[in-house]
Amino acid sequence: MAVEYDGGVVIGADSRTTTGAYIANRVTDKLTRIHDKIYCCRSGSAADTQAIAEIVAYQLGFHSIELDEPPLVETAANLFRASCYRYREELTAGILVAGWDKRKGGQVYSVPIGGMLVRQPVSVGGSGSTYIYGFMDANYKPGMNKEQCMEITAAALSLAMERDGSSGGVVRLASISEEGVERRVILGNQLPKFSTH
Amino acid sequence: YLFLHFVYGPLKPGTSNIFLLRNAVLEVEAIKVGCSVPAARKTGTTICGVVFKDGVVLGADTRATEGMIVADKNCSKIHYISPNIYCCGAGTAADTEMTTQLISSNLELHSLSTGRLPRVATANRMLKQMLFRYQGYIGAALVLGGVDCNGPHLYSIYPHGSTDKLPYVTMGSGSLAAMAVFEDRYKPDMEEDAAKQVVRDAIAAGIFNDLGSGSNIDLCVITKNKVNYIRPHDEANKKGVRTGDYKYKQGTTGVLTKAVTPIDLELLEESVQTMDTS
Repeated sequence: MAVEYDGGVVIGADSRTTTGAYIANRVTDKLTRIHDKIYCCRSGSAADTQAIAEIVAYQLGFHSIELDEPPLVETAANLFRASCYRYREELTAGILVAGWDKRKGGQVYSVPIGGMLVRQPVSVGGSGSTYIYGFMDANYKPGMNKEQCMEITAAALSLAMERDGSSGGVVRLASISEEGVERRVILGNQLPKFSTH
Repeated sequence: YLFLHFVYGPLKPGTSNIFLLRNAVLEVEAIKVGCSVPAARKTGTTICGVVFKDGVVLGADTRATEGMIVADKNCSKIHYISPNIYCCGAGTAADTEMTTQLISSNLELHSLSTGRLPRVATANRMLKQMLFRYQGYIGAALVLGGVDCNGPHLYSIYPHGSTDKLPYVTMGSGSLAAMAVFEDRYKPDMEEDAAKQVVRDAIAAGIFNDLGSGSNIDLCVITKNKVNYIRPHDEANKKGVRTGDYKYKQGTTGVLTKAVTPIDLELLEESVQTMDTS
């Protein structure tokens, strides 16, 4: 998931990759760097999303050198959309593009399966997202600061990981702002607990 | 051959169906003659890798199966990629062999072009981009490991083209057995002997608990300046020596009567043809 705040974005993801019922990687990093201050959250097929992210990272890197300027988050999102929409029949990729640029500050763009592109202040994705739409609708308020965004992201991911079998492991968080990128990991035993039984 | 489109779906971009057509024709022709199409030989396998203090240790079993029959009791599953990079392969034997050879060849050319020792990340990129292009039809599941200018690296690469960079990985039908050993005994920054022991034990778990894996344990220890390709490291399944003999001594059967009838043969023609042994 990804959340905008005034001055940047907070992104978060679980760390589980499965092949059927087997967990192929329990410490996956689904927050992939596309550029210095643009990251994406990957969900769906690992092969598809890795391939697309690497292609977009290349395209954006090239574009940035041409411009001699840090690229816009909207540009990165459009590059994702271009690939995801053109090959929509062949791909299974749900991607959240989030980052900071000078023009519009912190932005979150959602590119779900099918290749739609829409900017949202908050977005969730993946198989576990269904369990936290209600939580986000109830608890997100516009105007939260960075730490509040981190807390709500960690809480939402914990809840989703508790209920969804395909999600789990550790919570990986990152905040992107003008100052740079700050990464955090919350291990299983340190996750916020909601259940008493 | 419209059925091909029905069964396999529309053609994916960047692929062609010429081999699907060829296989369909061969299958029809084979049935006409009364044979069946051979099943692809798979390395039902246990392969694994671990990063230790000075490098990586790769391990593999040596059984290749064709269905339920062992086709090769001592095949080599650890393939050379470059002097500092080796790759274990599980899945379809032909696919792992040809894929690793292709990337090895391209990497050598790349290395000559850059003037540098190849990096593991480069081999990983080349492998994953090729496997993604073939959309999983190339059944190669690989454990890629090596040491380059940035230190030791270990990747697992899946047939559809996704990769994971981890300190320890297992692949193949025996991967769950091997991973159980790793999850119990892996420690970061192990010494070489400890790393070799844990890899040996992980492959042994696969050999003895997975029917698709068996025979010996091959190891490959890659460090900054040296590669130690140990084949076999452990002959875990040596063929037993027969304790008895079914042969009887000469004279065991007593002779009761003997009748000899010489047959007179007339020599009609004798010709000598010398063999060219030059």
